[in-house]
Amino acid sequence: MKKRLKETGRGWLYLLPALLFLGIFMVYPLIDVLVYSFEESYNFASQSYTGVGLYNYKYVLRDPYFIQALKNTFIIVIITVPVSTTLSLLVAYLLSRITKLKELFQTVSFLPYVTNTLAVGLVFMILFKKTPYSDGMINILIHFFGGESVDFIDGPYWAKMMVMCIYTVWVVMPFKILILTSALASVNETYYKAARVDGTSSSRIFTRITLPMISPMIFYLVITGFIGAFKAYSDEVALFGTDLNKAGMNTIVGYVYDMLYGDSGGYPSYAAAAALILFMIVFTITLFNLLISNKKVSIGGGN
Amino acid sequence: MKVVLEHLTKRFPNRNKKIHTEVVAVSDFNVEIPDGLLVGLLGPSGCGKSTALNLICGLETPTEGKIFFDSDDVTDLPPEKRGVGMVFQNYALYPHLTVRKNIMFPLQNFKGEDKLTKEQMNERVMQAAKLVQIEELMDRKPSEMSGGQQQRVAIARALVKMPRLLLLDEPLSNLDARLRLQTREEIRRIQTETHITTVFVTHDQEEAMSISDFIIVMKDGVLHQMGKPQDVYDRPANLFVAKFLGTPPINVFAGEVKKGDVYIGADCIYRGTKLEDREVWVGIRPEGFILKKDGALTCDLKAVEVMGRDTSIVCENEALTGQPTVRAIIPAETPIETKGGNVRFDIKPAKLYLFDKQTEEVLEGIQ
Repeated sequence: MKKRLKETGRGWLYLLPALLFLGIFMVYPLIDVLVYSFEESYNFASQSYTGVGLYNYKYVLRDPYFIQALKNTFIIVIITVPVSTTLSLLVAYLLSRITKLKELFQTVSFLPYVTNTLAVGLVFMILFKKTPYSDGMINILIHFFGGESVDFIDGPYWAKMMVMCIYTVWVVMPFKILILTSALASVNETYYKAARVDGTSSSRIFTRITLPMISPMIFYLVITGFIGAFKAYSDEVALFGTDLNKAGMNTIVGYVYDMLYGDSGGYPSYAAAAALILFMIVFTITLFNLLISNKKVSIGGGN
Repeated sequence: MKVVLEHLTKRFPNRNKKIHTEVVAVSDFNVEIPDGLLVGLLGPSGCGKSTALNLICGLETPTEGKIFFDSDDVTDLPPEKRGVGMVFQNYALYPHLTVRKNIMFPLQNFKGEDKLTKEQMNERVMQAAKLVQIEELMDRKPSEMSGGQQQRVAIARALVKMPRLLLLDEPLSNLDARLRLQTREEIRRIQTETHITTVFVTHDQEEAMSISDFIIVMKDGVLHQMGKPQDVYDRPANLFVAKFLGTPPINVFAGEVKKGDVYIGADCIYRGTKLEDREVWVGIRPEGFILKKDGALTCDLKAVEVMGRDTSIVCENEALTGQPTVRAIIPAETPIETKGGNVRFDIKPAKLYLFDKQTEEVLEGIQ
């Protein structure tokens, strides 16, 4: 008994450095944020607050800026995750089918991943922005086909949201293509041979063999895609500048940032409440995803 | 169904793109596979036998030559139009589908007039499952089964669409020794029940000999000999076939024909061939030795291994090539003095073969 105690003690000793780091940099901040979110009008400078309760949550949930940010975030998530995953799957599938210049196309498809977000944002600005001197590339194209020019960056909400979604899809695709390309390559060639001998059409091969076999990877991409899209912020800044509330394109993370440091900032309690609301949303959706996946996703075992 | 291969040749470009020579996997094959037989396509690793099977299946297209199923030219037909069933070395069962769905998979591909109703499909699936005796495993996933069971499912999946020809690529190589024996009898039984022409590829001569009606021996893409297993074993066309068939393998000596007599070293082991004087390879099957005090061939005794059913005598002879020791198998009843020194053997003429030193083709002249 004594010996076992000693051994357990040694085990904990080994774990101590990791536990210390995790405690200081993960557990403590998490708890702190939770505490902040319940402390009314907390002040950094004086370390004081006026009361404890749900007031911060009430305020945040009534704040029209937060509601707008919530709406924007949900639109981005709901549009970009399915679109980017489907498009990536398509590109990865095509990449797996070609033989000539395969490496070149793979590199090209991966380039956006190593490019800086802000630089890409600038390129998108040039493509979409309307200035007194130029309408921007896209508007020139729209003109060419007889349409009317639209100001995508400072114009109507739907135009901005469209650019935002295109941009987000474009930014997240390379990583997904990379993962899906390797997932497709890992499917054993004999499955396809067997299917061919049995006269399976290529669409059936894709839906009945390829998709189930790479479903764990697709599922992984959907989950991380959801989480990533919910945490979107820098992409919005790259396109619409730092005053996202004015542009009406703020996101939840952007709202948190504004509450802390923005021009209207200095409200850590509201920021903490908003951050926790975001956490609850992501947590719920991930749980939901896991539940679905346990029923649907087939893990490729066997050979 | 009869399968005829005419001048079938398959060349692959070299993997190393800088070298422009081609690799010849199958070279000028002329084979007629009789209807309703179990045929073993036999050869060492990398000899092109799997390529030959893929050509018959349609997964590869031949560089030259033609393939006929009965009188139909199927050379340019894709695999699904040939009506073949194939079992792959690793079975290629779809891991996400149950056994039932795996077996049903080929049936669901039928289009147009051939399309089956759900009931017909279920019936066919159960028939195939019954044939390979896996009825009670229908709702398992492949990963929940043993190798032998997976093999049966793979055979059922290949048979369910009632192919004209069944192809098996190294069907037993992924199984352990005991299962291998069981499964090969199983394959034999299924073939006998269905009467379907079956070609299987193997590098294991014992496997091929034991269950085939007909074997085809190949090496480096070239067909060396074909025929009934016993015939090929008894009358090998050349040194390679003689060496490849039989365990323990044939003993090969450097020998010589002098005035019609065959000599190994100084020992004359056979008299009265019609051959001219020349150097030859002398092949003697392990079971071709008769232990005799005044026998013709003298060897240096190394060891006696008692197997129970028979006894093998391991000894040395200077003229032996290819392996370190001579191995003779004699009936267990034969009394042996197991002390060292010389042993002498007489040779059974039926187990003695002479091969040309250069071409390694068999030389006629011994009865």
